[in-house]
Amino acid sequence: MMKKFFGILLTLAMVLSLAACGGSGGSGQADGSGNPPASTDNNQPGGDAPSGSAGGTFKLGGVGPLTGDAAIYGNAAMNGAKIAVDEINALGGIQFEFKAEDDVADGETSVNAYNTLMDWGMQVLVGPVTTGAAIAVSAEIYNDRVFALTPSASSTDVISGKDNMFQVCFTDPNQGVGSADYISQNMPGAKVGIIYRNDDAYSQGIRDTFVAEAGKVGLEIVSEGTFTKDTQSDFSVQLTDAKSKGADLIFLPTYYQPNAVILNQAKGMGYAPTFFGVDGMDGILAMPGFDTSLAEGVMLLTPFSADADDERTQSFVAKYNELHGETPNQFAADGYDAVYIIYEALQAAGCTGDMSAEEICEAIVAVMPTISVDGLTGQGMTWAESGEVSKAPMAVVIKDGVYVTP
Amino acid sequence: MKKLKSLKTTTKVDFATYLGVIAAFAIVSLLKNGGFLNRSLTGMLVPICCYIVMAVSLNLTVGILGELSLGHAGFMSVGAFSGVIAAMSLQNAVPLGWARLVIALAAGAAFAALAGFIVGVPVLRLRGDYLAIVTLAFGEIIKELINCLLVGCDENGLHIAFNISGTLTIDDLGMSPGGTAIIKGAQGATGTEKLASFGAGFILVMLTLVIVLNLVRSRAGRAVMAIRDNRIAAESIGVNITKYKMIAFITSAALAGAAGALYGLNYSSLAASKFDFNTSILVLVYVVLGGLGNIWGSIIAAAVLYILPEALRQFSDYRMLVYAIVLILVMLATNNPTIKNFLGRFKPRRSHRKEAA
Repeated sequence: MMKKFFGILLTLAMVLSLAACGGSGGSGQADGSGNPPASTDNNQPGGDAPSGSAGGTFKLGGVGPLTGDAAIYGNAAMNGAKIAVDEINALGGIQFEFKAEDDVADGETSVNAYNTLMDWGMQVLVGPVTTGAAIAVSAEIYNDRVFALTPSASSTDVISGKDNMFQVCFTDPNQGVGSADYISQNMPGAKVGIIYRNDDAYSQGIRDTFVAEAGKVGLEIVSEGTFTKDTQSDFSVQLTDAKSKGADLIFLPTYYQPNAVILNQAKGMGYAPTFFGVDGMDGILAMPGFDTSLAEGVMLLTPFSADADDERTQSFVAKYNELHGETPNQFAADGYDAVYIIYEALQAAGCTGDMSAEEICEAIVAVMPTISVDGLTGQGMTWAESGEVSKAPMAVVIKDGVYVTP
Repeated sequence: MKKLKSLKTTTKVDFATYLGVIAAFAIVSLLKNGGFLNRSLTGMLVPICCYIVMAVSLNLTVGILGELSLGHAGFMSVGAFSGVIAAMSLQNAVPLGWARLVIALAAGAAFAALAGFIVGVPVLRLRGDYLAIVTLAFGEIIKELINCLLVGCDENGLHIAFNISGTLTIDDLGMSPGGTAIIKGAQGATGTEKLASFGAGFILVMLTLVIVLNLVRSRAGRAVMAIRDNRIAAESIGVNITKYKMIAFITSAALAGAAGALYGLNYSSLAASKFDFNTSILVLVYVVLGGLGNIWGSIIAAAVLYILPEALRQFSDYRMLVYAIVLILVMLATNNPTIKNFLGRFKPRRSHRKEAA
């Protein structure tokens, strides 16, 4: 009995000592995100006298799913943001302290993560990464008057009615409209089949706007197939339907995991239409165990291609590869761009590090519609007052396992 | 003083529970107004109240009635979405925020009670594992149903569509241009006005305590516990098994619905996928750790275990691991005889109860 009691005491001591370690580690490091692979040490206070009108050290917070189902997206966006923070800090002038908090892509946890960052003294928020979480947090940042720029939460609900919430990515309607326009211009007379996931806000949202725009531009939709989270392992019914109705183009507003299954099954049944994806298709080539020859000729609308040959993309991909051992996806690029956009906005607004979050928010909101930023995910990005980004979508086709412009 | 001593132990514990909750509310409110609470903790107050109500109401099913329910989050979901619909559709008719909150809580409780009744009639004839599996399925069914639900509101009233084929959108509701979409299928409810407050949460917790404790100490409550302890014996002395099971189950569902409505009105976005199996298990963990049938234990367990993962944020990726270790420790500690004896010294001695009885 006594032995058991001491056992408990010892375990307790272990946890407490663990807690003490974690505590000192967290406070000693400016980058308290504790994401082991990302060794960003941004703690360079003092020394950096404000250069020009804007300067000083800003506390930048990041909220995204670092664990859980959507961890790929959150980690990519936060890792991308950290690379940008390091680059900017190396430039001198404006300095950033960056701290990322986990929200497991859940609205409730996301608000908690945001509140934790506010206790830390955050001045500008990069995030949240996922749509549901971003909507929950956007109500809080609107009340608190904190400026937020989400890398990848693409629903219009994220920005609607909030003047201080901006997006780096396209909104879902834009993707649907962009795809329908592109198809009608470049492949006139195509008979379109759609396969989408109807229990997912992202997929359903793009499908709705695609169908609406297709009606306007006179695109013929011959078949529509749906699936849910639980039925995304077999698409023979949807594909047979599309084939029998003579669809020669399949539009896939879905993520790459089901897309890989669709491509495989279509090949198995000897059905070879043109597949057309949106940004969720991005990542299919890097998927473990995926035969990239299946993706030959697949077209997709994406803001970012890791194979682009401009110098900035190349250096970003190289850095990301070196730090995290993988090719960055568009979420990483969105996170990277988000930090640079905030950097440009802070400079344009002439903000200094000693300003409060509210003052910075009002200053940036005023300049956001006037600035234009060149980033990895688009040249000359501009913003409407609503928070929506305007940039040209880029259509690419997969040839020999790489993205090329058609 | 003599009067106090003559009270039953259970009554004393009940009063201590009420007093403890009131004291906790007073202290936290004072700290909050004095600016001593950080934002992180302030933001957690309303969800803590919701989870306390969830835990206490689940304790009624699991601890008092003795039936394992794995679908409690389903009732929370029904309450949350009906509460959000009520609050959002009455935005013009009832301008007062707190009045709409009360209506939303009542609507949430009513619809969850209805769901509890519909589920309860066939389900409570099952026992043990079968009941657990059917309630588990109920939670999943609710999630899928709400994923198909489209609700909008304009000056003509509510527009509801059921999107089974998956091809309907919010435009198919046929609303006038001024109408607002309240629930958009899988996207859930977005743009909800935040009506919930800590004060409302406290009142809901107190109300839950009054209902549950009075039910448990009443004739009906004794009948419910008799069913738990020995069903055959209870039946043989003429206790109507189905009736008392239904009373406990529906009360539990209604309270979960009210908690859900409060929860739904605390966040501007709400998706059905939030109320999945994991949420049911989370609440069950609060109940089991607080002690089956132990109401004040549920309150403390819910509050502590809700704050714990947030307090462990410094561990970043490992926080859920540490959370699990702490759970195991608490389990070990509460079952350790040495600690039990130590704590037992502070408990009123059993002889009192014998005297009172």
